Amino acid sequence: MKTLRPVDVVIVGGGWTGLTMAKELATRTPLKIVVLERGGPRKTRDYIDNMDELDYAVRLRMMQPIRDETVTFRHSVRDRALPIRQYGSFLPGTGVGGSGEHWSGISYRYYPHDFRRLSHIVEKYGRERLPEDCAVRDWPITYDDLEPDYERAERLMGISGKAGNLRGRQIEGGNIFEGPRSSEYPTPPMKLPHLAALFHDGAHALGYHPFPLPAATTSVPYTNPDGVARAGCSFCGYCERFGCMIGAKAQPTNTLMPVLAHRNNFELRTGAWVRRVIVEGGRVRGIRYVDSRGEEIFQPADLVFLASWTLNNTRLLLLSGIGEPYDPETGKGVVGRNLTHQVTVAAATVFFEKPLNGFMGAGSAGVAIGDFDAMDHSLVNFCTGGTLYTVCYGTRPIANFGVVPPGVRARWGSEWKKAALHYYDRTGLVRFYGEHLAYRANYMDLDPVYKDRYGDPLIRMTLDWRDNERNMVQFMTGRAVEIARAMGAVEITPFPGLKRYEVTRYQGTHIQGGTIIGANETDSVVSMYLQHWRVPNLFMLGASAFPQNPSGNPTLTAVALTYRAADAVIQRYLKNPSKLS
Amino acid sequence: MRRSRRHFLTVSATTLGGLLVYTLDRKAGRGHAQSGDIKIPLRFFTKDEALAISAAVARIFPSDESGPGASEAGVVIYIDRQLASAYGRDHYRYTQPPFESGAPEQGYQGKETPREIYRAGLKSLGRFHLLNGAAQDARLKQIENTPFFLLLRTHTIEGMFCDPMHGGNADLIGWQLIGFPGPRMGYFDDVDRHYGAAFRPKPASLAQILGRPVRPSEDTEP
Repeated sequence: MKTLRPVDVVIVGGGWTGLTMAKELATRTPLKIVVLERGGPRKTRDYIDNMDELDYAVRLRMMQPIRDETVTFRHSVRDRALPIRQYGSFLPGTGVGGSGEHWSGISYRYYPHDFRRLSHIVEKYGRERLPEDCAVRDWPITYDDLEPDYERAERLMGISGKAGNLRGRQIEGGNIFEGPRSSEYPTPPMKLPHLAALFHDGAHALGYHPFPLPAATTSVPYTNPDGVARAGCSFCGYCERFGCMIGAKAQPTNTLMPVLAHRNNFELRTGAWVRRVIVEGGRVRGIRYVDSRGEEIFQPADLVFLASWTLNNTRLLLLSGIGEPYDPETGKGVVGRNLTHQVTVAAATVFFEKPLNGFMGAGSAGVAIGDFDAMDHSLVNFCTGGTLYTVCYGTRPIANFGVVPPGVRARWGSEWKKAALHYYDRTGLVRFYGEHLAYRANYMDLDPVYKDRYGDPLIRMTLDWRDNERNMVQFMTGRAVEIARAMGAVEITPFPGLKRYEVTRYQGTHIQGGTIIGANETDSVVSMYLQHWRVPNLFMLGASAFPQNPSGNPTLTAVALTYRAADAVIQRYLKNPSKLS
Repeated sequence: MRRSRRHFLTVSATTLGGLLVYTLDRKAGRGHAQSGDIKIPLRFFTKDEALAISAAVARIFPSDESGPGASEAGVVIYIDRQLASAYGRDHYRYTQPPFESGAPEQGYQGKETPREIYRAGLKSLGRFHLLNGAAQDARLKQIENTPFFLLLRTHTIEGMFCDPMHGGNADLIGWQLIGFPGPRMGYFDDVDRHYGAAFRPKPASLAQILGRPVRPSEDTEP
């Protein structure tokens, strides 16, 4: 193993959180920073050649090569975990920018009640309404604490949208249920493709409060506070699962790399597969990785950030023996606990009389309602909320051809073909994503059988839905069908119901937990500054810190938390490199 | 590109798409297209296998009164190239043992590669292309819940609607059928303008849009 010269900072993972931290440190301090990224370099100019549905959206060329490493999955400790052999329920990206390159860009702030999830449920409905086995938490920070950092994250990316609550004043047309914002969105809402307009009008007619999706597919040309200029979205329809060929979708490569690329205190090493975080005497000494030529490298560093997504952040702590692994039988231990996904379903498949021209779209061009995030649960059999919405990604044919109304039974041959041709551009989805509570039996540990390409154990997910999620989906499916009727549907296929967690259906790359944030070290891994409780020169960035999934998509919050951690590191930790209080 | 056998599929130029040569093997010269028959070098299938698959995908996505189908799109050529490529050898799956059967929610756990699934599936088809239409449908009905058939159906849709650089969607016939324009720089002025009315820009392939060829993964992955 080759030992390199020490550097001040190593950041593991070159996605949104890792490169946001790199940008803050590189521009505000003289520290020498190295980012280790497992995948290769990516640039906006490469992306025009990628407008190919088969290679990118089906063969998934933006994603981590699953042949090298995957995840094993089982429903409960009684079952045998098996590897996810081909991607399904989530799609982790690789290369510079990580999943932040192929994301769809829907950029919610979490609601104020999301940060006091346990207290909120108990105060409103009593402790007896918490599902058995529930491990839901309050965050150690509030919405108000994070609001200035949400502002910074939105300005960084140029998020498009319409405020629904400006300093406490509700504004129709925005999400009136959102927490108070200190300012309007940086850019105006995106235009609405036809399906989104139908959803808006249908939901409005039913008395709901539709608002345009907050979008990182920026609506107009925008220059952010770092001086980075990006184009406005052109609705090409090659968005999620692709990199943006004109740089309109905020991605780490077009938003953060322009600031970092020419700084001489920043170095990006691609093709670096990190295997261990080396800790001695209660402090990280450095990172062990395999470089792009296959050589084992030790990179000493004074300060280390893990920003390698939820599953790998957790896995690196477990592989490196940092902190006590969580044990679901005893409830002891912290690393791996509070694994959550997001309750994501196509609540209603809606068939229309007229064509939608669905090929025009963008990853976050759509409309949502927050009425069921803010709902009262007194009279229903679940205690969580979520968002009903429609998004017009851009209908591409391989993924979307073949959907037929409930009356057509055939799945091949002339009858199927005729119906599928007719409905190809007359079909849309009313979607739902809802909160996924944390449960004591849903967690991550190292798999005892299956290994990655270097022989290291895979991470194992033990995960299943509970009746709370099933009941919530049933209720929301009913509301989605009502909205679909109000949109003018000629036929509707409701979601058949949530049964057991399945790895085969895409449900969003929004996995949380494993290294959760908390108020003390007995039941969490990191403090409110994302600092490891026991290893003060180790910080954990990203949604691995989230104690549960609060219905919304996690990226904006992960970046806001990174800004908050960067301030704490730069203003306080560097002066006194010990535990922040 | 290694080719272990010298099998060719002969199809009529008037059957396959309009005839456009860029949709076929890049070396299948332009002259062939005008001569009536095109000889397409096969990368994976034998000639008889290609004929059987060609007949099967034509039952899945038939050529009928609602428009052309898998025969005109060259779906069999698409499948042949995919199976010959890294995809056919399971480059896009985690293939470390042990292989165990699990719950359906744990996803496909089989050991067989797409190539092996096809070779076994072809045995169940027999000399499929010599059967009449009704007998072909009856045979497919018997296997319609097998992994082979489900893969064949998926590949049929892929071959109908992929960018023509992958060998299917000849002459953009699949995209024309459904009014999909293919990759474009964007639609900013049109996205909110045609509510309720069909807006159908003329389809173009990625190579046509860029004015230069793009190499598909089946020609670049190891």
